[in-house]
Amino acid sequence: MVPLSWFLILAAAIFSVGLFGVLARRNAIAILMGIELMLNAVNLNLLAFWRYLWSDSLTGVVFIMIVLAVAAAEVAVGLALIISIYRRRSTVVVEEIDLLKW
Amino acid sequence: MTGPQIIFLAVGAVTLIAAIMVVTVPRLVHAGLWLILALAGIAVLFILLDNGFLAVIQVAIYIDAIAILIIIGVMLTRTAMSDTARQINRMWLGAAFACLVIMAGLLAIVSQAPTATAGLLVEDQVSMEALGRVLVDVDGFILPFEVASVLLVAALVGAILVAMTPARGD
Repeated sequence: MVPLSWFLILAAAIFSVGLFGVLARRNAIAILMGIELMLNAVNLNLLAFWRYLWSDSLTGVVFIMIVLAVAAAEVAVGLALIISIYRRRSTVVVEEIDLLKW
Repeated sequence: MTGPQIIFLAVGAVTLIAAIMVVTVPRLVHAGLWLILALAGIAVLFILLDNGFLAVIQVAIYIDAIAILIIIGVMLTRTAMSDTARQINRMWLGAAFACLVIMAGLLAIVSQAPTATAGLLVEDQVSMEALGRVLVDVDGFILPFEVASVLLVAALVGAILVAMTPARGD
């Protein structure tokens, strides 16, 4: 059987990689991809904890399904915003979307 | 070294490499394809964790819907940023340092995790029937389930409104 800590270490690594994508990428859609990676790492963590520690209830599985629904909503709204900005400003580079920057 | 451990190491390595490629390759369509590989790796890990249902959901929602939506978004906005333009901002060294610090912190916490061994799954407690029942049970998760459906409808309508072509004179 795979030890629980292996799943946690892998999830931590994927989360950090996704965080790097969010912080360092210039393209707004690439930032969305980083967010997806982070959400997946969290899902992996949740399912690993469910399987090893709380497999007598379905709370962890339901939690992951709610996370999936929120992720779908987030991507739909995020892409709509990006496409709207692209229509008005012809850019997807987050550094150039600075109207609200003080 | 048992069979599941070897599968975990292989799939985990592929998933991690794919994740790193997602955030580093300059061409965004390629990054989207690497994202699909990373999501598929996560689906295999879900199977390793004895939950085939969530693995199917992962493929159906993440790969089928979200990754394809992202790739279509990349294609719709291609002319705004050429593939040869700089894809990483000036602060990337600081970002990499922050990620390493956060990963070190996470690993320090993980090292305190209990060394639990997975118990045997009780079959009728993890079946799809049980999951369906608990989702609409008043004592279960009917409130988060309904709120999630309202959230999805609101996000759908909001996305259509935001992405609609602006009216003339706007």
